[in-house]
Amino acid sequence: MSPHYSDLFYALRPEACLVLGALIALGLDIALFRRDSLEQRLQLALWIGAIAVVTALVTALHEPSGRIFGGALVFDTLAVASRVGALVLTLLTLGVVRSGKLPRHPPEHVAVILFAATGFLLMAAAQNLLLAFLAIELASLSLYVLAGFGHSRPESIEAALKYFLFGGMASAFMLFGFSLIYGVTGSIDLPRVAAQVAVQGSNPLFLVALVMVLVGFGFKVAAAPFHLWAPDVYEGAPAPAAALIASASKLAGFTIFTRILWLGLGAAAGRATAAPGALGWLDLVAFMAAASLLLGNFAALAQTNVRRLLAYSAIAHAGALLLGVMAAGFAGPGPLFYYAATYGIATVGAFGVVTAAERGGRCESITDLAGLYKRSPLLAVCLAVFILSLAGIPPLAGFFGKLVVFSAALGMAGISGPAGWVTLLAIALSAVSLYYYLIVLKQALVAAPAPGAAPIRIPLATALSLAAAAALIVLLGLFPSLVLGFF
Amino acid sequence: MSSLALLSLVILVPWAGAALLACLPRLAPRAQKALALLFSLSTLVLSLVAMSSFERAAGGYQFVETHAWIPSLNIHYHLGLDGMSLLLVLLTGLLSPACLLAARTKAENPRLFFVLFLLLQGAALGVFLALDFFHWFIFWELSLVPAYFLIKLWGGPGAARAAYQFVIYTIGGSAFLLLGFVALYAATGTFDFVELAAMGADGSLASKLAALGGYWPQAVFLGVFLGFAVKVPVYPFHTWLPSAYAEAPTGVSMFLTGVMSKMGVYGFLRLLWPLFPTALHDAALPIIWLALAGIVLGAYAAMRQTDLKRMVAYSSVNHVSYCILALIAVSAATGRPADAASSAALGGALLQMFNHGLSAGALFFCVGILESRSGGLRGLDDFGGVRTAAPVFAGLCGFALFSSLGLPGLNGFVGEFMIFRGVWGLAPWAAAVACLGLFATALFLLTFWQRVFHGPRAGAALGAFKDLSAREIAVLAPMAALMLVLGLFPGLITWIFNPLVRSWADHLTLP
Amino acid sequence: MSLLPWTIYLTLAGAALSLAAGRRSARAARWVALATTSAAWALTLFAAAGFVPSPGLQTIVDVPWIASMGVHYHLAADGISLTLLVLTGLASTAAVLFSWNIESDAGEFFALFLTLVAGVFGVFLSADALLFFVFYEIAIVPKYFLIARWGSTNREYGAMKLALYSFAGSAMVLAGLLWVYAAGGSPGFAFGELAQAASGLPHSSQIALFALVFFGFATLAGIFPLHTWAPTGHVAAPTGASMLLAGVVMKLGAYGCLRVALPLSPVGFAFWQGPIAWLAVIGIIYAGLVALTQQDLKFVVGYSSVSHMGFVLLGIAVGTAQAVSGAVLQMFSHGVIAGLLFAVVGRMVYDRTHTRMLEDLRAKPMYRLLPFAATVFVVAGIASMGLPGFSGFPAELTILVGTWKASHLWALLAAVGALISAAFTLRAIQLAFFGTPSPAAAPAGSNEAPPFPPITPAEVAGAALLIGATVLIGLKPDLLLDWINPALHSPLLQAAFKGGTP
Repeated sequence: MSPHYSDLFYALRPEACLVLGALIALGLDIALFRRDSLEQRLQLALWIGAIAVVTALVTALHEPSGRIFGGALVFDTLAVASRVGALVLTLLTLGVVRSGKLPRHPPEHVAVILFAATGFLLMAAAQNLLLAFLAIELASLSLYVLAGFGHSRPESIEAALKYFLFGGMASAFMLFGFSLIYGVTGSIDLPRVAAQVAVQGSNPLFLVALVMVLVGFGFKVAAAPFHLWAPDVYEGAPAPAAALIASASKLAGFTIFTRILWLGLGAAAGRATAAPGALGWLDLVAFMAAASLLLGNFAALAQTNVRRLLAYSAIAHAGALLLGVMAAGFAGPGPLFYYAATYGIATVGAFGVVTAAERGGRCESITDLAGLYKRSPLLAVCLAVFILSLAGIPPLAGFFGKLVVFSAALGMAGISGPAGWVTLLAIALSAVSLYYYLIVLKQALVAAPAPGAAPIRIPLATALSLAAAAALIVLLGLFPSLVLGFF
Repeated sequence: MSSLALLSLVILVPWAGAALLACLPRLAPRAQKALALLFSLSTLVLSLVAMSSFERAAGGYQFVETHAWIPSLNIHYHLGLDGMSLLLVLLTGLLSPACLLAARTKAENPRLFFVLFLLLQGAALGVFLALDFFHWFIFWELSLVPAYFLIKLWGGPGAARAAYQFVIYTIGGSAFLLLGFVALYAATGTFDFVELAAMGADGSLASKLAALGGYWPQAVFLGVFLGFAVKVPVYPFHTWLPSAYAEAPTGVSMFLTGVMSKMGVYGFLRLLWPLFPTALHDAALPIIWLALAGIVLGAYAAMRQTDLKRMVAYSSVNHVSYCILALIAVSAATGRPADAASSAALGGALLQMFNHGLSAGALFFCVGILESRSGGLRGLDDFGGVRTAAPVFAGLCGFALFSSLGLPGLNGFVGEFMIFRGVWGLAPWAAAVACLGLFATALFLLTFWQRVFHGPRAGAALGAFKDLSAREIAVLAPMAALMLVLGLFPGLITWIFNPLVRSWADHLTLP
Repeated sequence: MSLLPWTIYLTLAGAALSLAAGRRSARAARWVALATTSAAWALTLFAAAGFVPSPGLQTIVDVPWIASMGVHYHLAADGISLTLLVLTGLASTAAVLFSWNIESDAGEFFALFLTLVAGVFGVFLSADALLFFVFYEIAIVPKYFLIARWGSTNREYGAMKLALYSFAGSAMVLAGLLWVYAAGGSPGFAFGELAQAASGLPHSSQIALFALVFFGFATLAGIFPLHTWAPTGHVAAPTGASMLLAGVVMKLGAYGCLRVALPLSPVGFAFWQGPIAWLAVIGIIYAGLVALTQQDLKFVVGYSSVSHMGFVLLGIAVGTAQAVSGAVLQMFSHGVIAGLLFAVVGRMVYDRTHTRMLEDLRAKPMYRLLPFAATVFVVAGIASMGLPGFSGFPAELTILVGTWKASHLWALLAAVGALISAAFTLRAIQLAFFGTPSPAAAPAGSNEAPPFPPITPAEVAGAALLIGATVLIGLKPDLLLDWINPALHSPLLQAAFKGGTP
């Protein structure tokens, strides 16, 4: 059908808000506030950014449904939910930025965050390969820059560079895969691609394209064996940046790739059971999931640095989320979204606590968190909520995320399929994960504070963000139907 | 049948005394002893009350109290008194104050001693009065706890081990007893002794057990037998006894030999025989040999002891085995019409229980006196010529020794005579073998008499050996008097159980 | 009955209140905690007074919760749940009384403690398998912190081991439950629905998923060889926590076996009965033998808990109404007795002497220095041995009789285990309280003031409550059996029993 630009602009109001907000922040700063202190400039930029995000949030809730602009965008439940989720996570991140180390260029910092968020929103709604690639690149480039914002520390520069190099390579793989798909099917529109795949399924070029796409996918969500960037980036980037990378980027990434894999390449999924012969991407994704779970959990056991521990646990969670991707074709995207969203909130919260703790001294190794309950009860309680949610302890949301994903995965073919085995592995490894999560909590809630440790003061914005995040985790845990009901 | 719950009172008053004493930590030691004595004497008083209202000619149980306890399991709170239980309650009532008086006030922590002793007394009374297995077994097992602590905390150097052995043996035996009764319950659906005895008498018990199949009837009999055999004790389950009796403090040894061993014999007479007449008849011969072994070997072992307390301990094995011999002889001869032999044997067994309790208790008391005078020594060679130093003591102790020996004119003779008369009439060869025990008993008791009391003063008697104090006379004199009176007029006590014995003898047919 | 859910809510409110009260003073926190546990216990007793036994669960609350998975917030109770609810109220009240002397961070302590109790109440009231699981897991985290922060020997290690084993066990349960739900196509997580779904699965699947669920729960009940967390964890825990952990939380595992695992798949149960019974019997004997060699008094008590729980598991494994009723009675009885034992060892002895090693205690005439503690320990010891007159006797006897009908060998071995229990208990009593003092100790009957602080009214009250309970049930076990026996006639349990040996 013919494109209606008015529909397009109407549909993209959230993105417009964000971009506008970024431009306003930059402009105001250049025009009026260059002379003010860094702190004041940061506060102003954050306020503008927050308003932009909130406005985007409001408009994102009222989207037209269905396909827009010739099928380039689609606003089904998953898309709307992901957009809302990404915006909430961005808002929380902005709250966390308030207590991070002052960046040398505050408005730019906020602008880049908003650009990344724009990328996430587009990723969530994209339904054709080109738009998908554009959105992914927009987000990724913003995130590379974000990772390098802590330029007083060499680790940050190193992290940004690593991220960029890995990311660039992954993007190249992905683009190559996309172009192969286009070449074979003659279309970039996912439904038409799907139709072609159903007909031409056994073309060996598809296999190559599939692998390429999965490489890009795996990199984006930090799944093994494409995870090597994650520990360094999570450790080196400034904490708020890591928070965004770990949460919203993952959510949007899972959304877009679920859409590509199921909507576009669904016919090449392969049979869900363990029957040999029809090798599809389900088996490959199952392999990635198992590898992530194993590697993430066991490597996390050995970590002494908080952020690296969170990074490896992120890899493990990516494994579980990949199960959600596999199940999305059978039980719908509800479980996957719930898990990814709640995981994102918990991660933003965890990194937020780390950021805030850095205000009171260094916070690198786990033992630096010692005695947090004495230094700042709010931080300790919030950390407990986030960590326990990540560990999957009811009645917090993390538990129910795992529950719905695991039961959806088991519903595919029972124990006998690859999904079944990976689910059992995930359940078994959750006991392993409890160990390293409890180590963190032990330091924060049991160990006595170090002799020179001072109480930590947190700015109001961060306190509000953390409290809101914790409240969301508890609320969504007690009433999962609030989210699941939409799917 | 008074409306007063007499039997419950008998059991509960000593326990109430124990609770009261436990809550009064600051009472002076003399007052504690007085209070404990008071509660202990209650048993004697109440048993005399029961005796006065006891209807001699009535069969069955008197002062019965029955209440539903656990209806879903057919368990009742059932107490009752017949001739045999009255006899044993009387014995307990007589002995317990004596045991308490034997405890030295200067011993450490006397209050705990009195509390534990009263608990023990109550539990023992419970065993004699309970007629439903559920609470009977509770009393049976609970009596072990105070006994263990009494031996261990106030006993001699080897007391810990002796107490441990005592408890382990008895619990082991009780485990078999429990097994047997649970099987009985499974077969018959009741724990009540009266009902079970009735079933035993008319044969339905045996057939119900047989319905369980396999080797069950024998296993149940064996289990119940073992439980009581350890308590009496029957040879060869007696190995716990010498150490336990010897290491225990005087008062506790008196109670152990006087009352607790009677619990075992009571079990034979109240439970094993009425419930399993056929099985007992079939197993009579081996058990007779065991009883004879106890009689003869016990006496010979006593003869070889140099520790006086161990000597008396072994003599206890000997004397109580007479009761068992009598009972089993009667059971072996079941099927014959009622005659004087059976009733003599049974009456003799009952009388012997009472008499032995009295005499053995007195003997332990005397050994305790010797021990305290000599500063802890109680060997045969540690004394000499005590008669010269303490003539009253020698006289009263002589009563106990000769009663234990069975001298005519003292109470010990009557019981032993009746037993021998009965057994001779039922199984003459057994009586002949048992005579060996008589000779050995005479030998060691006379040795005791001669070495300790006669001859030149030696050993501990060389120094200041005071004669009996008022307290000691208060214990020994009544006992000696009773021994004499009951020796001359046994009828004073036999009226209690004669009707019972007659009814037993009359029903001596196998079902 | 309808007031029973308020035990959960009340306890949670109490947890928040004691946290706040702890800011003011430790005293305020304690009293709030005591008021909360007493009120919750009173609620259970009140419900018990008006309880009309019937087969099957009596629903109290049933609202849909996670509609997309068919999970309901479904609370219900029957005689078995009621027995355990009363036990929880009793044990938690006594535990608070024995924690009266906690001074550091008392508010947090009682808050965590009450959260744990609330989770336990929730488990006993749940009638939906997922809700059951949620409450079960809620109980795990407070356990870790209670031990890690206020514990003693090796506390961080003990806490971590306990938490991880519990969590691993519950992971197994989750796997099994999700398997049935997903593969069996169950509409929800009610016990009946899951059983229905499981019956449609092939036998090999049923056997595997029963093993997952049963052994997952049995880990928390201390089944051999997955029991090693229990002695370490309970020894490391502070007194009030070990009373609750050994007394009540271990019963959560056994209750899960009975309520969730058994009805789930009678086919699976019939397959696993033999191995489970063997593991139970081995556990009884092995733990007893290990207890016999321990040098630390608290370890003796810890291993004795594992041994007694073996009886519970044996009763459940036999799978007849009689054996299972004995198992439930033993759950109650051991809950009380374990509480008593830990209370004496932890609060009365260790807090005063600062040693639990039998060698050290033996050198002091403890029964004279702490007569009340000695008396209570002797009473608890003879109750633990299974002497008649106390609650352990009818419980163990019923289990033994029930087991005898299934297999003579198991019953005999279990009886041997009971004898070993008598032996190690006697040894512990003898060494800890009645050892021969060294010559350097005070002479008998000396007038020196006792060096230990006197026994507080809180300790007396706690001991009286627990001793009273064990004597009451020892003399009148039908008080509980009249509740338990009708509950065993529920259709789900009957189906499980029929799949078992007659």
